[in-house]
Amino acid sequence: MARIPEKPTTVYMFGTCLVDMAFPRAGIAAHRLLEREGLTVLFPQAQSCCGQPAFNSGFIKEARAVARKQIEVFPGPLPIVVPSGSCAGMMKHHYPEMFADTAEYPKARQFADRVFELSEFLVRVLDVRLDDVGPPETVTWHTSCHALREMGVIEESKSLIRQLEHVNLVELEREEECCGFGGTFSVKQPAISTAMVKDKIDDIARTGAATVLSGDCGCLMNITGALEYHRVPVEGKHLAEFLWERTNGNRKQL
Amino acid sequence: MGTGNSFDFERNIDAALADQQLKKNLRNAMDILVEKRRAVFTDPEALEQLRAAGNAIKRRALSKLPQLLEQLEAKCRQNGIQVHWAEDTAAANRIVLEIMRANDATELVKGKSMVSEEMHLNRFLKDHGIEALESDLGEFIIQLNGETPSHIIVPAIHKNKDEVAEIFHDKLPDTPYTEDVEELTRIARQAMRKLFARVKVGLSGVNFAIAETGTLLLVENEGNGRMSTTVPDVHIAVMGLEKVLEKLSDVPPLLRLLTGSATGQIITTYVNMITSPRKEGEKDGPKEVHLVILDNGRSRMLADPEFRETLLCIRCGTCLNHCPVYVRIGGHAYGHVYPGPIGKILTPQMEGLEQAGVLATASSLCGACGDVCPVKIPIPALIRRLRSESYDAKGDGTVSGHGYKKNLTETLVWKGWELVNVHPALNRLSTKMAGAMGKRLPKVGPLKQWTRARSAPKFAGKSLHDHELEKGGRDD
Repeated sequence: MARIPEKPTTVYMFGTCLVDMAFPRAGIAAHRLLEREGLTVLFPQAQSCCGQPAFNSGFIKEARAVARKQIEVFPGPLPIVVPSGSCAGMMKHHYPEMFADTAEYPKARQFADRVFELSEFLVRVLDVRLDDVGPPETVTWHTSCHALREMGVIEESKSLIRQLEHVNLVELEREEECCGFGGTFSVKQPAISTAMVKDKIDDIARTGAATVLSGDCGCLMNITGALEYHRVPVEGKHLAEFLWERTNGNRKQL
Repeated sequence: MGTGNSFDFERNIDAALADQQLKKNLRNAMDILVEKRRAVFTDPEALEQLRAAGNAIKRRALSKLPQLLEQLEAKCRQNGIQVHWAEDTAAANRIVLEIMRANDATELVKGKSMVSEEMHLNRFLKDHGIEALESDLGEFIIQLNGETPSHIIVPAIHKNKDEVAEIFHDKLPDTPYTEDVEELTRIARQAMRKLFARVKVGLSGVNFAIAETGTLLLVENEGNGRMSTTVPDVHIAVMGLEKVLEKLSDVPPLLRLLTGSATGQIITTYVNMITSPRKEGEKDGPKEVHLVILDNGRSRMLADPEFRETLLCIRCGTCLNHCPVYVRIGGHAYGHVYPGPIGKILTPQMEGLEQAGVLATASSLCGACGDVCPVKIPIPALIRRLRSESYDAKGDGTVSGHGYKKNLTETLVWKGWELVNVHPALNRLSTKMAGAMGKRLPKVGPLKQWTRARSAPKFAGKSLHDHELEKGGRDD
């Protein structure tokens, strides 16, 4: 982190595979938020997935191959901004671990040191000031486990919401409890996973908020899937998308 | 439980999740334990320093474990404690049985010991005509009800007060029904006192064994540990070989971590330090003290630089208390002696992956366990390692049963996943296909599991890659 200029002029964005496939609006919004701060945002087209699905499932060799590809796709000294605490955690903490004691370690380490979770970057590096132009609204916030425990960026995420003048943030009773996603856990142990997410959406419903925000699309896919299945009228949204909408004036335009 | 093919994890999980009373009991109890721990470790920085110290002490002990065990044995013998080595639980059981027979004892009074659970000692002794009687209140309750512990520190945590009232009324002769906690405790104490007055052999676990002095340290809150180890003529202590510490000065930080993490106490009501049997001229204490040191797979863990960290564990149980899976399914669902996160890494290594590897799938890898572990065991990383050993692509696993899950389908799926994520053209193609066909995917396999209580994921018609390309932004 030491080598990164205080406020760079150009950054990389790693979109994450889930944002790419299912939540592109979150990625576009992240891109816009960075651009608005005067940065040039590079999006290497050869990027794909951080490798976590295979890594967590026990397929380390496959995870390593995919990690190697990402390291190759993001050369140079620029920061890599990631709209996900989980993918950022994978790249920041588990890449060096996966390549420990190999010739590739220095590259993995150098890569890892440049990884930032989006809200961490917006707050700690860019020190953004948000001008809320949206109507009054109550939201709640879901903390992703890896954003909390691997990246330690939850206060940054929530501080961005708190900057929005007309937004009332109601916190969850069990904010730090896992929503039950866990990647392949959700389909390998579906009974436990769905019991966890049911408790999570009950907690969400009790806040009375119409929107639940999160910085991680894995959690969001799990939570919105359960909200819809149980017909709970709460919308799930990635923090980046919400911040852009609240501060852009035209809510629909991304 | 925990043997043969009787273990059906999925069935256990379904049964536990359907039990509303269990759900309520566990949630209430875990909330209390979590809160008590939080109240005792108020300074995060101080806690981090303490955890680092605890980790360093245990690591140092593991780094010279054989030497420390020999030193412990020599010191204990010097102090008059008889030391026995058991490679497996069968050997440990035989040792206890021989001591019982040598003393013509048909009853054994037990303080709380998870190693004795690991040995399935009660059942073994029963098969040999000896009755093991639990004196820890929680253990006493579940023994009356014919159950095993569901938590390593609070064995009857799955029961609430009313259920305990029912059990006492049903199982203890001439006991009127009462929900009054004071009264329930009095009833248990009375039963216990009779035991201690009568039974000639007591058994306990060991929290720390100090090589420097040959001291066995035991923490507890009910006094039953002190009674079990001082009133009967013979005291048998059983311990896993990882419990040895180098020096007496290693104890304070670990003791603080143990009691704070386990029950949110600065110190337990009783801290017993046993260094010898009754000496000449002394008025109380056992005439014989035996120490049984059990391996049962621990040496194999020690030999693996990663799995070795499993042996850092001081059995505080706080990983159970903080686990979102444990709080929902409870200890019995795990089907083995050690439940929760620590059980997920310990049991497959002890019992083999074929028998218990499935436990490693029951984690979302949320990291709560690793975060609170007082000796910083990287539990999530070890769960991942066990998953990897289950498929064991390279065939170099160290856990018994490694590779038991290896199958062509999953191998191909992950190989395909790798190709798609390494070759941009394939990646574009697969993302497009997901976008185009997402809604029409048949609900089989993983998607079937996903949609049990969730609507199917919605894939976007246009990916982020496409949007970025369209914008014509620079990409390198």
